[in-house]
Amino acid sequence: MKQMMKRVAVCWAVPLACCFMLMGTALAGELDAFAGLKGKIDIAGGTAHIPVMNDAAKRIMQANPGIRITVAAGGSGVGVQKVGEGLVDIGNTGRPLSDEEIAKYGLKSYAFAIDGVAAVVHPKNPVGNLTATQVQEIFAGKITNWKAVGGRDAAIHLFTRDEASGTREVFWEKLLKKGTIVDSANVVASNGAMKSALAGDPDALGYVSIGHIDETIKAPTLDGVAPTQDNARSGKYPIVRKLYMNTKGEAQGLTGAFIKYILGPEGKQMTAAAGYLPL
Amino acid sequence: MTPPTNRLAERLLFCATAVSAVTVLAIFGFLLWFSLPVFHGEALASLLSWQWRPLRGEFGILPMLAGSLCLSVSAMLLAYPLALGICCFVHGAGPVRAARPLVIAVRFMTSVPTVVYGLVSVFLLVPLIRNAFSGSGFSWLAAGLVLAVLIIPTIVLVIDGQFRQVQSGLGLTGVALGLAPIQQLLRLTVPLSARGLGVAAALGFGRAIGDTLIPLMLAGNAARPPHSLLDPMRTLTSHIALVVATDSQSLVYGSLFACGVVLFLISLLVNLALRGLRAGHD
Repeated sequence: MKQMMKRVAVCWAVPLACCFMLMGTALAGELDAFAGLKGKIDIAGGTAHIPVMNDAAKRIMQANPGIRITVAAGGSGVGVQKVGEGLVDIGNTGRPLSDEEIAKYGLKSYAFAIDGVAAVVHPKNPVGNLTATQVQEIFAGKITNWKAVGGRDAAIHLFTRDEASGTREVFWEKLLKKGTIVDSANVVASNGAMKSALAGDPDALGYVSIGHIDETIKAPTLDGVAPTQDNARSGKYPIVRKLYMNTKGEAQGLTGAFIKYILGPEGKQMTAAAGYLPL
Repeated sequence: MTPPTNRLAERLLFCATAVSAVTVLAIFGFLLWFSLPVFHGEALASLLSWQWRPLRGEFGILPMLAGSLCLSVSAMLLAYPLALGICCFVHGAGPVRAARPLVIAVRFMTSVPTVVYGLVSVFLLVPLIRNAFSGSGFSWLAAGLVLAVLIIPTIVLVIDGQFRQVQSGLGLTGVALGLAPIQQLLRLTVPLSARGLGVAAALGFGRAIGDTLIPLMLAGNAARPPHSLLDPMRTLTSHIALVVATDSQSLVYGSLFACGVVLFLISLLVNLALRGLRAGHD
């Protein structure tokens, strides 16, 4: 029994010591805003936001153990609905709210980043450039073989997102010019699922938010312009959107502090680290 | 005069039954209530069409209904004979020594979470299908195979239970008649287990048509009826999971509840058919 107690004590002592050490380094600066605050922030919605939200949540919770922050996915539609119904404190969207949504729920939007959406393929795909017209024709089902756009002789496996996705909305509006997406395309439920589907299939074509592009997938240039943050900033790459956090009414208390933190210098740093352009 | 503790137990059990019955009815009423806006005139016509294009105001759920039926029927066609075979193997057709480990293995299969099957298949089965045939691999075939694996334990456990029950009463008689185990199985146990075989089919089918994660992760979710085993398809369940994200005021939302009503009705029909079968048999 005594031995067990000792073991339990050691079990607790190590993480606690770590916590204090981390607190010492993290307490300085903007995280001071959370000192003395207590409670819970629930966040849900857009999947592009998740890296930034998680990073911020981790830092805040390390600095102040009295705060719990949960981050859930679901897509922009879920974000609006959950925050509107009062199920979460912050509902993230990758698109501006519609007038009906604002009127119905009394939501307030806080834009914090600019994100691009890019057509992406498997890293081994030899296609290095696609024109906007080619992408439109592929998604409309008029081009079905990679050979027609300079690739190898293989059928194009098309992946898209569900209708509630903010990523789909910006891609469809700005790149496809509201054209058709052929109904035989595979539908995946998040940016992450899109990435893992594309990373495994050498003949796949899909689209993700630029923040999600890494070495497992490749983004061909669009009309000769690389979909990078720099090009998005200068306006050379046109398929961009803002990322929003939405609250029911003005954000107050802990939620207000969180939003302020995301919009502040440290939040901007995290936003940039996640691959987005801070606003 | 029954002792008071018995009466108390009776009442508690009655309450439990009543609560579950009322819950089921309430769910059905709730589904109907929320799907009412789409159950009239133009909206209904749009609902019963083959086009799912919510942005253009077309909310056809028939492709998803076809997907659900295709997927669950094909999974059943694969799983049911296999499950029946496993049960026959365990109850006389195979060596006695292999029977117990096999049952234990199947029991273990029931404890594997669905999402694990889904995840493993995304990385193993889907590339295999993509390389062996054509298409992206996310297909009716992938979802059907994994769904069959998922429902085998359900079917096996029900049939196994029934076989055990029948055999415990017949074992000695069979031996006295000089029947070999395999004869006893084929001549006595299987014919006398008709009810259990039916229940197993109904439960397996219910599980197959109700499963969401496997089709969501593996079937590709294209909202049109599949033209071949290698085509992507969308089931009613994964459709609800995918679309639940949209604006709660639109007809899209109502159409989801209609999907729920359809799923509910299908399982009701299966159960009623089963009752009919049983009544006819008795």
